[in-house]
Amino acid sequence: MASTSTTKKPTAKKTEVASSNGQAETKQTGSSRIKVQKTYKIFINGQFPRTESGRYYPLTLTDGSIVNLCLSSRKDIRNAVVAAREVQEKWAARAGLNKSQILYRLAEMLETRSSQFIEELQLMGATKEDAAKETETAIDRLIYYAGWCDKFNAVFSSVNPVSSSHFNFSSNEPTGVVTIVAAEESGLLGLVSVMAPVIAGGNTCVVLASESKALSAVTLAEVIATSDIPAGVVNILTGTRKELLAHMANHMDVNAIYLHSNKAEEIKEVETLSALNVKRARIEFVSNWFEPKEENPYRIQDFIEVKTTWHPIGI
Amino acid sequence: MSKKQDKKHQQLSAEPSLDFSKALSYTPAPESSAHIRLKKQYDLFINGAWVKPSKGGYFDTINPATEQVLAKVAEATQEDVDKAVKAARAAYENVWSKMPARERAKYIYRIARLIQERAREFAVIESMDGGKPIRESRDIDVPLAANHFFYYAGWADKLEYAFPGKNPESIGVAGQIIPWNFPLLMAAWKIAPALAAGNTVVLKPAESTPLTALKLAEIIEESGLPAGVVNIVTGAGATGAAIVNHPDIDKIAFTGSTDVGKLIQKAIAGTGKKLTLELGGKAANIIFEDAALDQAVEGIVNGIFFNQGHVCCAGSRLFVQEGVADKVIRKLKDRMASLIVGDPMDKNTDIGAINSPEQLKKINEYLKIGVNEGGEVFQPNCSIPAKGYFCKPTLFLNTSQSHRVVQEEIFGPVLAVQTFRTVEEVIEKANNTPYGLSAGVWTDKGSKIFNMTTKLKAGVVWANTYNKFDPSSPFGGFRESGFGREGGLHGLLPYLKLR
Repeated sequence: MASTSTTKKPTAKKTEVASSNGQAETKQTGSSRIKVQKTYKIFINGQFPRTESGRYYPLTLTDGSIVNLCLSSRKDIRNAVVAAREVQEKWAARAGLNKSQILYRLAEMLETRSSQFIEELQLMGATKEDAAKETETAIDRLIYYAGWCDKFNAVFSSVNPVSSSHFNFSSNEPTGVVTIVAAEESGLLGLVSVMAPVIAGGNTCVVLASESKALSAVTLAEVIATSDIPAGVVNILTGTRKELLAHMANHMDVNAIYLHSNKAEEIKEVETLSALNVKRARIEFVSNWFEPKEENPYRIQDFIEVKTTWHPIGI
Repeated sequence: MSKKQDKKHQQLSAEPSLDFSKALSYTPAPESSAHIRLKKQYDLFINGAWVKPSKGGYFDTINPATEQVLAKVAEATQEDVDKAVKAARAAYENVWSKMPARERAKYIYRIARLIQERAREFAVIESMDGGKPIRESRDIDVPLAANHFFYYAGWADKLEYAFPGKNPESIGVAGQIIPWNFPLLMAAWKIAPALAAGNTVVLKPAESTPLTALKLAEIIEESGLPAGVVNIVTGAGATGAAIVNHPDIDKIAFTGSTDVGKLIQKAIAGTGKKLTLELGGKAANIIFEDAALDQAVEGIVNGIFFNQGHVCCAGSRLFVQEGVADKVIRKLKDRMASLIVGDPMDKNTDIGAINSPEQLKKINEYLKIGVNEGGEVFQPNCSIPAKGYFCKPTLFLNTSQSHRVVQEEIFGPVLAVQTFRTVEEVIEKANNTPYGLSAGVWTDKGSKIFNMTTKLKAGVVWANTYNKFDPSSPFGGFRESGFGREGGLHGLLPYLKLR
């Protein structure tokens, strides 16, 4: 038995009937058991609340079934930022090795649930081959960034040979709380590819998932909840960019925003609002997340701050 | 407390006892300005030539210590900026981006050498135009500016080693806007890495201190740098806005206030221009009980009174641990009584002239605010010249986190003093600001230093020292103090695309 996460298995389409209350029943050969449906929720501070707004948006899957996703609100973002801020320094203070093992653990959890991701990606329109490739690449990408947690600081730091009698070095610290507006087109890989470097650098994040490919994000939240990532380090919301983009960009306790977009009006809005508190706005559009060049430590560097420390040399 | 200790304590709490004006008097030791070459009027430096401003406007630049006009300086309009950008674009496309990197380096080395040769002239003009003590312009600003060019020259042909796995490429035309507190040094911080990375430049110095940037243009002319690689346009806010909004500029680098930085960030939103901002600060300078107190007092003085406090990284919030607070404040008052405020050209002067009447007005407003908020004000009993813009070094004692003199950047010789008991408390207080440019920590315990330097949210942390700068040392802020670094390997990144 594969998944319990979606309303239906695509192959079971013909045997399913929608009941009057909108819930689907699954009749399977040799079993009269009624399948338990999953409620798709958002992920804030390690918990799975519904949106405080009580709203939803329907998502039609390739098997014709419809799932209801949380239509998150500004208040959900604000709650998530509180959680992300609360834990940020504690997360940053963990040893690089520890963060590395936690990200690796996340990859392990993803691997064990890969069949569910493959299935969901197909329900959201991917071919079986593409779904498998996206899931595998996402797992490998997590492992890639897991390995960087205790290494990037060596690569991006420096001991600076100043002319005066001082010891002087520059090391890297996380920017802080980052809002991520993830790729619309790539529900799993597009999210993992930006979330992993952000948290590897010691930041915490609030993610707005792909609206049309949101199942992977919700399931990823479940994977995160069962890995050792502390509550609040990653928060994942579902909803619409149209409503939430401005709130992701204008929050005064957010230090950086990572926007995936090639739409001029979205970019301008985010950059304009970022000026409110000198937010770092990292904007990109990646057409092919499978490219090896899309995994590199410079994505970590984009969300770190260089700190230079001086101390006199002498008696 | 024993009687002996009590007596000692009372002595320490007394008013400062050192009055140098009576015990000792310094003979004036003025630096000569006879050797400098200043023109009566400066045009714009565009495409390797001196060009009259299109609307024919000129403004005066004055000596803030004497209020006398030093020269007339051209006011660049939109049209002039456009001319400068066109020159920079052409130089970028046709010459500078095609030149072998090591040849590029040689021009930058040459500029460094020419500054060194004319260092004293630059120091004198810097002090005359901006009001900073000649000791500082001579020993800090000018040598650092020359060294900055020398340092970045060497990077030009080594860029691929700075970014492993990447192929760094120049960006194009950089528009650079600099402040009035370190006029030549900021020009060097901006121009040197831009050129080393293969970009061309349109730079606007501050309207109150344009002269050393114009003298630098003379050096650039003399160096034979290809025409248009560096263009220097003078003017005020409107000239800056013309640079920021110019469609053919690829990168903006700005040093100045957080308010203007936010306006710039907003103005270029959606244009695809790259941006670095080096903005304001309100640095905590933290003195622990176990610090070497006399050194710490020197550090406090250097932290806030260096360059009249016109320093974005000035240690303008002092935190002293309670056990030594009386002692430190007493020593600080004594030390302040020995500071000489006056003629920037005098080699004895510690605190020169406030840069402009506008800035003096702003500082005086904060002095009123501080008093009205209930801060206890202390100023030494020193004399200040009748003419020119001067401000006595000032302490505000008994301040708290909610006071405006604690929260806002004053950009003058005004220090807000608070006390603390525990490490946790002072970290919380120090970080409780939207800024994050710099910080200072004074303690003799190594593990305490590293605990503090790790937890302070600041781009530069000085431990048992303050206000030190070096071309190889990255400088820049966290949070609302800006983004991007200037200096060192990290200072290259804002001027490169990584492919």
